[in-house]
Amino acid sequence: MVEQGKIRIMVAKPGLDGHDRGARILSRYFRDAGFEVIYTGCHQTPEQIAAAAVQEDVDLVGLSCLSGAHRFLFPRVVELLRQQGAGDIVVIAGGIIPEDDFPFLHQAGIKAIFTPGASLESIVDWIKENVKTGSGNE
Amino acid sequence: MPFSKETLIISRELTEQWEKEVASAIKDNPDQKTRFTTQSDFEIKRLYTPQDIENLDFARDIGVPGVFPYLRGNQITGYRSKYWTFRMFSGMGSARDTNQRWHLLLREGNTGLSTAFDFPTLMGYDTGSPKARGECGKCGVAIDTLEDMMTLVAGIPLDQVTTSMTINPPATVLWSMYIAAAQAGGVPATKIGGTIQNDMLKEFIAQKTFMCPPEPSVKLISDTIEFGTKYVPRWNPISISGYHIREAGSTAIQELAFTLRDGIEYVEDVIRRKGLDVDEFAPRLSFFFNSHIDFFEEICKMRAARRMWAKIMRDRFKAKNPRSLWMRFHTQTAGCSLTAQQPLNNITRTTIEALAAVLGGTQSLHTNSFDEVLCLPSEAAATIALRTQQIIAEESGAANTIDPLAGSYFIESLTNEMEEQAWKYIEKIDQMGGMIEAIKRGYPQQEIADAAYNFQLQLDSREKIQVGVNKYLAREEEKIPLQQIDEQVEEEQIKRLNEVRRRRDWKAVKTSLLELKDVCKRGDNVMPTCIEAVKNLASIQEICDVYREVYGEYRDPGLY
Repeated sequence: MVEQGKIRIMVAKPGLDGHDRGARILSRYFRDAGFEVIYTGCHQTPEQIAAAAVQEDVDLVGLSCLSGAHRFLFPRVVELLRQQGAGDIVVIAGGIIPEDDFPFLHQAGIKAIFTPGASLESIVDWIKENVKTGSGNE
Repeated sequence: MPFSKETLIISRELTEQWEKEVASAIKDNPDQKTRFTTQSDFEIKRLYTPQDIENLDFARDIGVPGVFPYLRGNQITGYRSKYWTFRMFSGMGSARDTNQRWHLLLREGNTGLSTAFDFPTLMGYDTGSPKARGECGKCGVAIDTLEDMMTLVAGIPLDQVTTSMTINPPATVLWSMYIAAAQAGGVPATKIGGTIQNDMLKEFIAQKTFMCPPEPSVKLISDTIEFGTKYVPRWNPISISGYHIREAGSTAIQELAFTLRDGIEYVEDVIRRKGLDVDEFAPRLSFFFNSHIDFFEEICKMRAARRMWAKIMRDRFKAKNPRSLWMRFHTQTAGCSLTAQQPLNNITRTTIEALAAVLGGTQSLHTNSFDEVLCLPSEAAATIALRTQQIIAEESGAANTIDPLAGSYFIESLTNEMEEQAWKYIEKIDQMGGMIEAIKRGYPQQEIADAAYNFQLQLDSREKIQVGVNKYLAREEEKIPLQQIDEQVEEEQIKRLNEVRRRRDWKAVKTSLLELKDVCKRGDNVMPTCIEAVKNLASIQEICDVYREVYGEYRDPGLY
């Protein structure tokens, strides 16, 4: 049962890199902040992530990539969500993302990008401001 | 006892008097913090005195270099006859791009090479695999077949330069390629020197580059140790690594303890599975540590590591050969200590960390480039990082004398305390039935996750400071030029691989892969067949698919 009113978040690591320190810390912090959290673990394909996000009926997907493959992987997740009629799921991202790539990623549908040094609190604040719970539960 | 009774009495009296004065002084001038801790949150006292090391025994606990307990180093001459190896980790784009960078590094004074592979290579996939999309050449060099390896080492005298390869699940494949490339250039396996990282336990614990489950992963490692012992005597078949454990957020003590316990696990497996005598292979085991930003903590960790390994080899494994007791290690400065904000400050951080590694007696060192938090290092940034080592070696005087901080009340006391705490972890993992069992329970993973989380909360609350991140922020961040990897690299690499596939003798490939499968099923050593397969131009994924098929695949349990 999905608890009413709680924002459901999927933290996901697309691609092959195993740098999951940030993803794991955020998962725990999101849980402590009162969100429902699903963490996929490392080495997920965009296809696996999109399917899991739809199946778990999450409100937000947080993608983390530190290998430099974000320009391919992040837009691909958004595209797959849209194809599956789940374009309302908010997608945000983090990792080693050069600022020059921000416009391209925003254009591809990534709503916010948090890079090293962003405080945990600032990310939670952003989510509380920008994500409504359970659009599918009305 | 290092001190006379009189000294201890005087020390006690003076300290008590000083404590009283401190108590009154801090009423007017309170301390800036309530707790003073290392980067790992280990509490440090305001002052250390002879009382802190009153049970120390010089011969038993400290001694001289080259003699048990090896606290002060393995080499009796220290850095005077030879500095540590300046070994800069590099790799990007195609094999040809990386080969060019290597020639530049050697011209600039590197004394060893060190290879970064891209993620498909690290995970045992070909560049053309659907799982590899977007990753080619990004985090290192892409190697699919022996031909790429031959391009990578072109023009490098493999009997003179040693090469380290950061490769884990497909270590047997890349090592086979290196051996085959050397042979093709007329250098026999007995003449090549270098290291494969080949440490899977820390992958399950921290770095998450895994392929097969823990047991068969360790079996493949024992194969390489056995093969190296017999046929590639100058090679280090494993680099037992704490680096990634620390990068994942562990404390220094956890890094020390888990790394040594991993080492114990490998030694036990080789003895049990291969029937080798410990002294036959232990001298070729090597280690790899992180040098983080807390100067003294790092120095003490490295000193403690040497002493602990000597005790483990002597007492636990009854090693007789002095070289079995040596902990030889490479060090890399801490990537996770660098900040994307005000990136030039990273040069300062790396300098402190590199100096700690030298004072800790490292035998090989990589210094991070200041831009590595943003991208792969640019040529200019990599050169500054190398120059940092050269300045420490040839200007600072740090290399003049061996273990210069020995005997300091603080250093010896902290070294002892870290060792003591690390033994406790090791005992606990012994009680669980060893490291593989502990990993299955998620024990080391959870300990590290807790430490990483704690540190992040301390950063958020500004209990721990990162300059430029949570204090002394810049109004405007300066932009630095970033090293970009051309997206075309992927396309070209796929084209090259397809071309090799068309040209090679498919029957020979098939035969060697089938034979490898049989070898895996029988439990024999995979190395001879693996070398045969790479010579027939089998790709990395074709070989790793055999491992996946026979041994199964390991999936990230996603603990947090």
